[in-house]
Amino acid sequence: MSDVRPRIRLPRSANAGDVIEVKTLISHNMETGLRRDGSGNAIPRQIINRFTCEYAGQMVLDVTMEPAISANPYMEFDVQVDESADFVFTWYDDDGSVYSETQSFEVS
Amino acid sequence: MLTRRDTMALGLGVAAVAMVPGVASASAVDDAISAFTGGASVTDGGVTISAPEIAENGNTVPIAVDAPGATEILLLAAGNPTPGVAKFGFGEGAATSRAATRIRLGGTQDVVAIAKMSDGSFARGAVEVKVTIGGCGG
Repeated sequence: MSDVRPRIRLPRSANAGDVIEVKTLISHNMETGLRRDGSGNAIPRQIINRFTCEYAGQMVLDVTMEPAISANPYMEFDVQVDESADFVFTWYDDDGSVYSETQSFEVS
Repeated sequence: MLTRRDTMALGLGVAAVAMVPGVASASAVDDAISAFTGGASVTDGGVTISAPEIAENGNTVPIAVDAPGATEILLLAAGNPTPGVAKFGFGEGAATSRAATRIRLGGTQDVVAIAKMSDGSFARGAVEVKVTIGGCGG
């Protein structure tokens, strides 16, 4: 899919040791495999089946997703930022594609 | 004796049944829970599910799960064609055992969360969500 676009929202600033809320969203149809097209044929499943977030090389969140996750999957979670480091977000598609996004975060 | 061909035909039949949109049976939910817990006992409480009491659009229902001390949370929708929704694994970098997402619900049903605590015990939480328009297509 060419229209897949990850979006990430981090707070503008944080002090070392703060707990920050991370929000991510990726544009994706999340085709469940349950729908049928006009002629009654099942539309094959194609979803993002896994999402991971790492911070400073440590795993923060590893989510296994099923077709019951809505289109444009959204995830929100908490990270304690002790140092300035990189966030690495990765989404795994059923078709084998891997979408990855890296954002560096500075603490004051 | 089952030949390889028979086995494959059987597999296809099972897959076809599983794809018929409908409602997950209670046993499918129990199976999913025991697969996660390995048969260990599950105590009620300790898991908070935040969801709207009434969801107008079943295609996108905001849900948050929070289970302090949990390393993993399994989220299930008991009334969907298949109960599985997501499994959240919280790593060393996670500040809390909380996550929020948006899910599809086929109709009014119970949303169940099973949390695996860091001491190896399991806790359960559930909440009923009323859905005005279901979100499973079909």
